[in-house]
Amino acid sequence: MSEPILRVAGLSGRIGGQQVVEDISFEVPAVGITALLGRNGVGKTSTIKSILGLIDRTGSVHFGGIRIDRMPTHRIVQQGVGYVPEDREVFGSLTVAENLRLAERDDRPRREFIERLFPDIHDRRAQRAGTLSGGQQQMVSLARALVNDNRLLLVDEPTKGLAPRIVDEVADALAEAARTVPILLVEQNLHVIRKLAERVVVLSGGRVVFTGDAAELLDDEDRIQRFLGVHDATEGSTR
Amino acid sequence: MSTVVLLLITGLGLGALYFLVASGLSLIYGLMGVLNFAHGSFLTISAFLGWEVGRRVSDGTWWGLALSAFIGIAVGAIVAAATEYLLIRRLYERHIEQALVTVGLALASVALFEGIWGTDPIYTAKPAWLSQTTELLGAKIPNDRFLLIACALLVLGGIVLFLQRTRYGLIIRAGVENRAMVTALGIDVRRSFTIVFAIGGAAAGLGGVLASVYYGYVSAHLGSVLLIFAFIVTVIGGLGSLTGAAIASVLVAVLQQFANFYLGGTGDLVVVIALAAVLLVRPRGLMGKVA
Repeated sequence: MSEPILRVAGLSGRIGGQQVVEDISFEVPAVGITALLGRNGVGKTSTIKSILGLIDRTGSVHFGGIRIDRMPTHRIVQQGVGYVPEDREVFGSLTVAENLRLAERDDRPRREFIERLFPDIHDRRAQRAGTLSGGQQQMVSLARALVNDNRLLLVDEPTKGLAPRIVDEVADALAEAARTVPILLVEQNLHVIRKLAERVVVLSGGRVVFTGDAAELLDDEDRIQRFLGVHDATEGSTR
Repeated sequence: MSTVVLLLITGLGLGALYFLVASGLSLIYGLMGVLNFAHGSFLTISAFLGWEVGRRVSDGTWWGLALSAFIGIAVGAIVAAATEYLLIRRLYERHIEQALVTVGLALASVALFEGIWGTDPIYTAKPAWLSQTTELLGAKIPNDRFLLIACALLVLGGIVLFLQRTRYGLIIRAGVENRAMVTALGIDVRRSFTIVFAIGGAAAGLGGVLASVYYGYVSAHLGSVLLIFAFIVTVIGGLGSLTGAAIASVLVAVLQQFANFYLGGTGDLVVVIALAAVLLVRPRGLMGKVA
């Protein structure tokens, strides 16, 4: 197996003095989609934010062999990390085009790729992002991460609150993106995980309790119930 | 009718001054969350240095005034950028310390200005045309009001163009909305902080020179007096909103003028009551974002 693109060791994170992530260690391979799973409130989003330096953290994080945990957030992202936050966080007062232009770091941003992947967004370039639907905002948020030639994407709950048809569109876009860039995906929708993820890292009580192939976890109803607190009896429909 | 026109245009002139101070305050708070109590000091030092250079080169002429304005803009921008770089930068997210530092700077600078230029106002000369009046709808309007209004409109247009047409403007607009997300796009938002301070300082610097034209003097307390009303304007307009600051500047100054004339000099009181009313009815101000 090739060198992992991301190596997290002994990572702890704090928000307002409260420990939200405790001494977690895992690796993200340089290809494919790795899902970061766990029950609500277990620290998945905080783990992503800790990696990016958006919250106070200790421990080590290596990205592409370079230690990044002492860098400020913007420097980490400049190393080639794309971030799709929970709740999209598009700039509502800016147009779609401005949202994308703001995100462009590369000399040759992948505008044609974005246009092909999200034609609806391209048609709404002049529209304020705050007036878009939730699904369209998610497309903008994804497009911001994909417009640069990143070496890793951190994608936090991209299907949260979206209609089933839009969930499928987002999943298709992620699958397309994953052909060129590895993704660490926080997701609660087992249907999406089953469709996209090759590996999973499961958090419980702020710690890593399972790491391995996605199929190994998803085929084990008992583990799903124990780790995630959900049933997957009817594949694809349970959250 | 002529009285109403006079009060209206005088209010617009004063509103122009308020806007020049409030625009910087509002942008600085909107992007960085910094309540900059030292902003008045940027105005005062700019007014003094602009006057010192202008009077030495060509006192009471358009050329002297233009030179004063240029010096005021440059001094305001440099002092503000230096303040951000040397004092504020290490205190982001530490709001109490920020307030203490900027309040301390404001108090110390007034003492410094008094030590250099004295405690009494120093009366200034201006081009003859600015001391004359122009008749408009029966009212004799002091010409300096037109200069103030024109300058404020130019500054407003300039800042809007900068915000809409440049990459830094885009970063600032996005940063006012969600600073953490701008950082998460790989942008060093702190560079924009210095630029915003410099823009705010430049506007305040121009405001300082124009305030010396409007009041006819410069004094160590010029910035402190205007800063109080600029804060009121900023809160009423909505912290972080340039458009809000522009609208509130006009509303506050016109209200102040009318109250002073028709309600026995109660302009300041009426403005404070208006501030209280806005805070009670619409705490985020006329055009501010929801907290």
